[in-house]
Amino acid sequence: MDHFPTNWGRPRNDAFDAYGTHPIHQRPYNGPKDAFADGVQHTQQPIVTGTSVLAIKYKDGIMMAADNLASYGSLARFKDVQRLCPVGQYTVIGAGGDMSDFQYIQHIMEELTIDENSAQDGHELGPVEIHEYMSQVMYARRSKMDPLWNSLIIGGFKDGKRFLSYVDLLGTTYSASTLATGYGSYIAQPLLRKAVEGYEDILTEEDARKVLENSMRVLFYRDARSLNKYQIATITSAGVNISDSLHLETSWSFAEGIRGYGAQTQ
Amino acid sequence: MTSIGTGYDLSASTYSPDGRIFQVEYANKAVENSGTAIGLRVKDGVVLAVEKLVHSKLLVPGANRRIQTIDRHIGLATAGLLADGRSISNRARDEGASIRSTFHEQATVKAISQRLGMFAQAYTLYSSVRPFGISTIIGGVDKNGPSLYIIEPSGVCLGYHGAAVGKGRQLAKTELEKLKLSELSTREAVMEAARIIYLVHDDNKEKEFELEMSWIGSETNNLHVPVPSDLLKEAETKAKDALENFE
Repeated sequence: MDHFPTNWGRPRNDAFDAYGTHPIHQRPYNGPKDAFADGVQHTQQPIVTGTSVLAIKYKDGIMMAADNLASYGSLARFKDVQRLCPVGQYTVIGAGGDMSDFQYIQHIMEELTIDENSAQDGHELGPVEIHEYMSQVMYARRSKMDPLWNSLIIGGFKDGKRFLSYVDLLGTTYSASTLATGYGSYIAQPLLRKAVEGYEDILTEEDARKVLENSMRVLFYRDARSLNKYQIATITSAGVNISDSLHLETSWSFAEGIRGYGAQTQ
Repeated sequence: MTSIGTGYDLSASTYSPDGRIFQVEYANKAVENSGTAIGLRVKDGVVLAVEKLVHSKLLVPGANRRIQTIDRHIGLATAGLLADGRSISNRARDEGASIRSTFHEQATVKAISQRLGMFAQAYTLYSSVRPFGISTIIGGVDKNGPSLYIIEPSGVCLGYHGAAVGKGRQLAKTELEKLKLSELSTREAVMEAARIIYLVHDDNKEKEFELEMSWIGSETNNLHVPVPSDLLKEAETKAKDALENFE
């Protein structure tokens, strides 16, 4: 005896048509539905994003810069986000792209540094190791079609050697004496190259700071997802230093002369 | 122990008629045979010190550490079976990482100690396992300030101002009681810890030993690190001097 009224008067087995009532009628399914039945959805676009990160080599080590903005689409949503993050004693990671993925990366790094520190084996993670590790993580995630949507610049100074390298959501890596992510790779990179290439061992901290400040200013003028509030990180033999938020001086008087965009009388 | 040989000591899962679990008591014996480990909880930090008996001259100096780092801000010293000490410190690290990933904050020493207590206690319940042959001193500085706990083979976990386990614990405890622990600085505590370890070491009975020490406090930026070698040397010299005056 079947105790389910919906089954009464129906064939016992949907696949077996005991009464010859072709075509077999399909009962409506009212059970739980799998929302992911169409396949697992992976990250397909970044949501809250950071823009460019700039980094250069200079006499004493590495200098990096990134502004404090996290945008929600074109909305300037968060203006106090730190996009330069120290890892261990010798390294800084700067991130553009999805900020929640970057926070996840920061957690990975936290876990990694604690594990390495707990071993107390006299070895410390330097920028080379951290860059290699991150490139493996990024490539593994893109191979799962579930990338961490960032472009990272990893800079450091250990054992008297500077290190500056890039890795992005595809797992692509490269090194150069100047690096920039996002919009900065179009706007700032040529400026940085002109100022830095060939002068890596000559540029003083003051010079380097000026080069980056100038590039950040140009970016603020031209990149609609940027902010005039930024931080500078230095990594030298003295260790990692990340500045407080700095303010960019800009002048907009030239805008008076522009014709064709706003409400002008002529 | 009159009840030895009555069969109640064969398994950790069986009580003796007078309500004891002999396997746990035997585990305590394993601890008593080991070099002393002490912990001092002072004003602004914690110091851990171990009398590491060197059983062979062929060993590399500094080998077989008995003080482990659990998290940036937590250290752990064991007395008893060396391998059990490693096992429990691995467990402690896992617990620390798990608390950190769940709550996104540093685990408190108390939380980790209590979890280790539960872990050790589980090994007193089954006939298929043996209890841990170690007493664990775990110390660190967290949001509640400095803290120090001992976990025994029975799973008992209690907080202390001064802790001593292993062979010389009785003498170490009397020495610790003489100190005003809540007024000491971490640096002073390093000196006292070295002195106590040198004091409890029995020259006549024992072979060579190495002093292994770590500290955590405002001087180390609240990071658990080995005591720097120059400070360790200074503490050892002072300890040896004090020993001569003591006798």
